[in-house]
Amino acid sequence: MHEMAIVQSMLDIALRAGEDAGAKRIRTVRVKMGEYSDVVPVIMREYFAVAAKGTICEGAEIEIARIPVTMRCRACGWEGRVDRRRIVCGGCGGIALTLLTGREFFVESLEAE
Amino acid sequence: MEIKVMHQIMEWNEDVSDQVKATLAQHQICMINVMGSPGAGKTSLIVALIKALRSEYRIGVIEGDIAGQIDAETIDALGIPVVQLDTDGACHIEAESVRHMLPMFSLEDLDVLIVENIGNLVCPAEFNIGEAFRVALLSVPEGDDKVHKYPLMFATSDAVVMHKYDMLPYFEFDDGRVEADARGVNPGVTVFRVSSRTGEGMDGLLAYLRARIDAVRAEQAGTKEENP
Repeated sequence: MHEMAIVQSMLDIALRAGEDAGAKRIRTVRVKMGEYSDVVPVIMREYFAVAAKGTICEGAEIEIARIPVTMRCRACGWEGRVDRRRIVCGGCGGIALTLLTGREFFVESLEAE
Repeated sequence: MEIKVMHQIMEWNEDVSDQVKATLAQHQICMINVMGSPGAGKTSLIVALIKALRSEYRIGVIEGDIAGQIDAETIDALGIPVVQLDTDGACHIEAESVRHMLPMFSLEDLDVLIVENIGNLVCPAEFNIGEAFRVALLSVPEGDDKVHKYPLMFATSDAVVMHKYDMLPYFEFDDGRVEADARGVNPGVTVFRVSSRTGEGMDGLLAYLRARIDAVRAEQAGTKEENP
């Protein structure tokens, strides 16, 4: 249910950027989202459709590109993709890892008319 | 036409979370975000912590609830400053709500602020509220699969408390699995087995909390000297 607060922020960002650029209508909102996130895309799209009614974003598609979880091992220097349910170094099996990607969550661009 | 945006969606919350952190640092207050399911025993644990720590620290509590103020009344009965945060249906606490709550406390009279988040294993995990650290509760009757099913909550917490541990003989609950799952999603996590009813395991948790609180407040004091 926390998706509503997030969708409102997404919509505000899209409206502001769209209006600044003089857009009449937003067709697509492109979002980048790390896999280390429990925001549900389907719910986000449904909420967005409702929240955007009557704005230049009405009917806009939400395109979500997921970014995999990658980490760096502080022991052996290994870098790579990690399963978020089993966080271990793919090189030495160590657990001293630093998150590199996977927590991103931002509006990347808009496709507008 | 394509419009480049590159704008963080959670920025509204992160900015306010940083403001809350700065306000708390000014007053050397360590804020602890306590999360867990409805019925995990968050209020009972907080009451036990207050009783054990109130002679050492001046403690305040923010009670997050979707409706009602039963928990706030429980804390108030201990004579501890408590503010009820009624989210009016929302499933989580945001930094903005905490920012609004802070002026209701006399901040110069606090060392520790405990926030009881909304009973929910999903949504609260996504929102930083300006806390110094997070404690996630998982009670024995809830089942040992919860870390596996709700990884973010446990991955973003500093400590996991297996609560109502005195109930272990009555449930099919593999505490080793919970500990392994928690370390799987969060290698640096500290795991405790606690019953706030019998007092079992409280000593270990209290020692951990004292060390964390003291470290946070010492760091806040250091930063304050650098930027008076």
